Amino acid sequence: MRHYSSDPATGAGQTQNGAAATDPESANPPGLLEVRNLSMSFGHGQSSLLAIDKVSFAVKPGEILGLVGESGSGKSITLRSILGLTKRYGQVEGEILWKKQDLNTLTNRALQKIRGREIAMIFQEPMSSLNPLLTVGLQITENLKAHTKLDRTERKKKAIELLDLVGIPSAAARLGDYPHQFSGGMRQRVMIAIALASEPELLLADEPTTALDVTIQQQILDLILALSREMGMSVIMVTHDLGVAAQTCDRIAVMYGGRLVEVGPVRNILRNPRHPYSIGLLRSVPENVPPRSELYSLPGIPPGLGNRPSGCCFAPRCLAATPRCSEEKPDLLQTSEKVALACFNPQNFLSGNSQ
Amino acid sequence: MTDTQPLLQVKNLTHHFKTNPPLVDLLLRRAPRFIKVLNGIDLHLERGETLGVVGESGCGKSTLARCLVGLYPPQGGEILFDNQNVSHKTRAEQRDYNRRVQMMFQDPYSSLNPRMTVGQVLHEALSVHKMRPEAEIPDRIDELLDLVSLPRDAAGKLPHEFSGGQRQRVAIARALSVEPEILIADELVSALDVSVQAQVVNLLLDLQDRLGLTILFVAHDLRLVRHVSHRVAVIYLGSIVEIGASDSVFSSPVHPYSRALLNAAPSIDPDHKTSIPPLSGELPSPMNIPPGCAFHGRCPHATEICRQEKPLLKKFEGHGEIACHHAATLA
Repeated sequence: MRHYSSDPATGAGQTQNGAAATDPESANPPGLLEVRNLSMSFGHGQSSLLAIDKVSFAVKPGEILGLVGESGSGKSITLRSILGLTKRYGQVEGEILWKKQDLNTLTNRALQKIRGREIAMIFQEPMSSLNPLLTVGLQITENLKAHTKLDRTERKKKAIELLDLVGIPSAAARLGDYPHQFSGGMRQRVMIAIALASEPELLLADEPTTALDVTIQQQILDLILALSREMGMSVIMVTHDLGVAAQTCDRIAVMYGGRLVEVGPVRNILRNPRHPYSIGLLRSVPENVPPRSELYSLPGIPPGLGNRPSGCCFAPRCLAATPRCSEEKPDLLQTSEKVALACFNPQNFLSGNSQ
Repeated sequence: MTDTQPLLQVKNLTHHFKTNPPLVDLLLRRAPRFIKVLNGIDLHLERGETLGVVGESGCGKSTLARCLVGLYPPQGGEILFDNQNVSHKTRAEQRDYNRRVQMMFQDPYSSLNPRMTVGQVLHEALSVHKMRPEAEIPDRIDELLDLVSLPRDAAGKLPHEFSGGQRQRVAIARALSVEPEILIADELVSALDVSVQAQVVNLLLDLQDRLGLTILFVAHDLRLVRHVSHRVAVIYLGSIVEIGASDSVFSSPVHPYSRALLNAAPSIDPDHKTSIPPLSGELPSPMNIPPGCAFHGRCPHATEICRQEKPLLKKFEGHGEIACHHAATLA
């Protein structure tokens, strides 16, 4: 593609931080997207609030990575920072390597050529992300016009194909409809159709099904899965629902207090989580527990942006915390071939579904 | 049904909202149109039990909850509380009913007055219903805060100083302050994160056991409903399609809709894929509900009778009550 940068400065020869130096993907074929020590803080100078703190991960071609955590943990900020959508609110540091170029150093103009074309995004609220004044057809062809060389009739044909692809019945007839004429699930399909218009290599999905009913959620997740398989598209899916992550993702990254605490294949994380927070999160899901028994609940509440502890963010709620935990931040280190963990006292927990 | 009288009985409850007619309709003097939210709900609540109510958004779950506490004036059908019709009561009796049936709302940010401290909120509830003489109210407020595990200094704080989970505790304290017999929890924990959700659910279960409360638990999180409920009602387009013991409804649902709905909840086990295909199509508009069984358009088992006749709830051995013409073959 045209946007290759020849700048080798962002190559592998960096050793800033334990997390990046022992990057899990360095031994494997290079990831499609590599995020290294990404930090984002709101505001500038003294009063800035650190939203995400040195987040590093990689996504391989065709892989679905789930970013899970509670509200305020920095999932959406991570996702939005990848496309440079958070720059206007504060400072973004670190590297976002996409095909050997660092998205964080690109100008907004250069980023626009990647946004929507190579990396597309779908949002949680389909109603507030679609323009209510424009027809659905126009919103799809607009994207095609910006990112492809198709002419007018071809664009229309392609738009019908796309609506068909995401399962909207009588697609040709619905091109002229406005967003309010679609139901919630159908609007989310339209959003996906717009995102897919330019055949992106990476889809960023920010809680794509949270606003939908379970029955529709299943349809949309199946659709994203199928499209990812067919088109070989990678997906980063932000979700707070471990069930959604379990059913769709290949790998899961658990976030807490703006940092990744555990990253690994979905089965490792959901069956044998090691970080006390992942364990607590998994145990508080009311599945495989006797009815009306007391649910496991993590003590306390997540820290706010302004008052994150100086050591491990989870230390005040952690039952296995030691004095070291409240002084030093644990780095995300590789503990086995596939799993990376940021904890001084990893625990062992086998979930009920490990047989 | 048991021999003892249920605490609350709902018989053939219907509720229709009139739509705002578009200008064209006014000009052409067309008949007003109605959104048929509840179409004949029959259920009962036994003393001390939790009845879970599940269904897709727009099926009438919340309208049912609001009808029960009298937030919507009664239209069709009747609500019997302790065997007395709620709508035929004098004002004083109505007030007593309002005290004994309390509601807790979904959004912890909009259901508390931002300008009133928690102490004032509880004080108001206690004095309006004359639960305690004025002098004893501060002690009672402390008791209530202890009950929901909030620190006592919470009484002097405003809602914005609390997190979502703490606000729901305040909402629970407010509901409990008037010593109700029935709690209606409309998506009580839906806005909360899982770990906080677990804390509030534990509190609710604990309070129910200690105070002998009866709870109607409306939620869209199926796992949660299964966890807290003794019995579950599945609602589709304003009618109950299946109601029965939580265990049997969740482990072996009979109605095709309950099957599809209850199986759609994604399991946290990556290798546990559901074997039942997802529902095709979407919820029809409650403005024109299909004739016959409302589900026939999406149902893989639909036959001619389903298009013509609305099935009624019938008891099936080993299951609960099911409203389906083909329940006998599906069970």
